Amino acid sequence: MTEKRTAATGSTLELSGLSAWYGEARVLSDVDLTVAPGEVVTLVGRNGAGKTTLLRSVMGLHRQVQGSVSWDGTDLGKASPDKRARAGIGWVPDDRGIYSTLSVAENLQLPPVTGSDAWSVEQVYEQFPVLHERRDFPGTKLSGGEQQMLAIARVLRMGSRLLLLDEPSEGLAPVIVQRIGEIIRQIKDQGVSVLLVEQNVKFASTVADRHYLLAQGRVVESLDNDSFQERTTELLEYLGM
Amino acid sequence: MIFGVLGVVNFSHGACYMLGAMIAAILLRDTGMTFWVALVVVPLVMFLIGVLMERLLVQWLLKLDPLYNFLLTFGLTLFTVDLVKRQYGVSSLAYPVPAGLGGRVSLGSVELSVYQIFAAAFSVLVCVVVWLVLTKTRVGMIVRASTEDAERSRALGINVARWVTPVFGFGIALAGLAGVLAAPTRSVNADMGSFFVIILFAIVVIGGLGSILGAVVAGFLVGLVEAYGQGYVGQFSQVLIFVLMALVILFRPAGLFGREEAA
Ligand SMILES: Nc1ncnc2c1ncn2[C@@H]1O[C@H](COP(=O)(O)OP(=O)(O)OP(=O)(O)O)[C@@H](O)[C@H]1O
Ligand SMILES: [Mg+2]
Repeated sequence: MTEKRTAATGSTLELSGLSAWYGEARVLSDVDLTVAPGEVVTLVGRNGAGKTTLLRSVMGLHRQVQGSVSWDGTDLGKASPDKRARAGIGWVPDDRGIYSTLSVAENLQLPPVTGSDAWSVEQVYEQFPVLHERRDFPGTKLSGGEQQMLAIARVLRMGSRLLLLDEPSEGLAPVIVQRIGEIIRQIKDQGVSVLLVEQNVKFASTVADRHYLLAQGRVVESLDNDSFQERTTELLEYLGM
Repeated sequence: MIFGVLGVVNFSHGACYMLGAMIAAILLRDTGMTFWVALVVVPLVMFLIGVLMERLLVQWLLKLDPLYNFLLTFGLTLFTVDLVKRQYGVSSLAYPVPAGLGGRVSLGSVELSVYQIFAAAFSVLVCVVVWLVLTKTRVGMIVRASTEDAERSRALGINVARWVTPVFGFGIALAGLAGVLAAPTRSVNADMGSFFVIILFAIVVIGGLGSILGAVVAGFLVGLVEAYGQGYVGQFSQVLIFVLMALVILFRPAGLFGREEAA
């Protein structure tokens, strides 16, 4: 692995010229994107735009890529997913990724603790009493919203400094989406950064500092939250959402 | 279990079962090693063989199509069986029932040897220990998680590759242990593992692929059907296993404990 220090310091995520393929099909083209420490950034785009592929490429799960992903000032190169996770990148997949063969408590305690700001189990249970109540249940016996909480709590317990959230609001009731918004604002206050994939534009505008619009694998626009809110209708139309 | 963690269909378990019994028999003949010592030594030897096998062969094949793994383990099985035949011939080696475990007792209409009861109890004990390790320890938790979804475990910071070799070795050691346990009940020869593969297949089908509880329960069911069937219908007991398998496939296509989507 090349230990190239980039200009950025601190826990910054920086993608430059990232492209990705599935066989012959190119699904990401020359994506440049940064997430600064403590920043909440969304990636908005319609179905099939390449949002999940982008997160999986950052995690090292999708390997057919070109360009660079750097984290903490170091080019991740070909680093394995487990190494990236231990370097402080926390992945919350679109299917929440809860293990059915592990109890709620085990789901929470499975990943190794990697950061000094890792939440303790007690802290998690205090924030999410329902996880404490159901701690001995199989993970997938939780409701969709509870599984989402568990998936987020799991990477916070690990001490991740950057959360990759793949459509956390999808299919959840408005109160629960609101609760997830609160959690995102709370972890932002603790200096944790978030790269949030969202199709729920209204929800995105309540939590994020900046937005990237992705269409057919390209970043077509990058905006701060104010201009995003002003132009919401126009952008939605443009994205065909 | 090995299938889940590694994505390797390990048909070489039949050969390892045979090797376990052969090693025990050869050690008895050449060094006079008793059954009780073999019960400890053979699994250790098999663990080392498993680790070597994984490091040298399986490791780089993991990256290829699962079909190659299947072919590899199958080829390895044939190779091992032939090697043992060349070295020790096709005739069976005798393995006496260990001292103190001879004799028979009758349970209702079925007559069992004391050794069979011992072997059954010992197997249950091993199952319980494995079960406890899997459910109560951190290592067990990592194995379960990686069995369910290796990629996801990697993305959560677990170095799955580091666990693959010892878990593989452990699986081989268990197969070897089963061979030692079986040695006093049957003829020990190069072909004794072939039926084991069928039983293994039955256990996987009946229990559901990737379900650990399923494998334990199905293993027990198959054992019971075989033992009791032997008492009532003799050779037909092996047919009964297939009947059991057919029933499960008909009514629970994913296996007794398999998840539906895994079918
Ligand atoms: N395993 C795969 N093999 C081949 N093509 C794939 C694969 N996964 C995704 N694709 C294609 O890559 C493109 C991007 O997919 P991706 O899942 O990254 O989109 P997305 O923005 O996350 O979509 P969604 O909003 O539906 O989750 C799509 O055109 C999809 O069909
Ligand atoms: Mg997606």
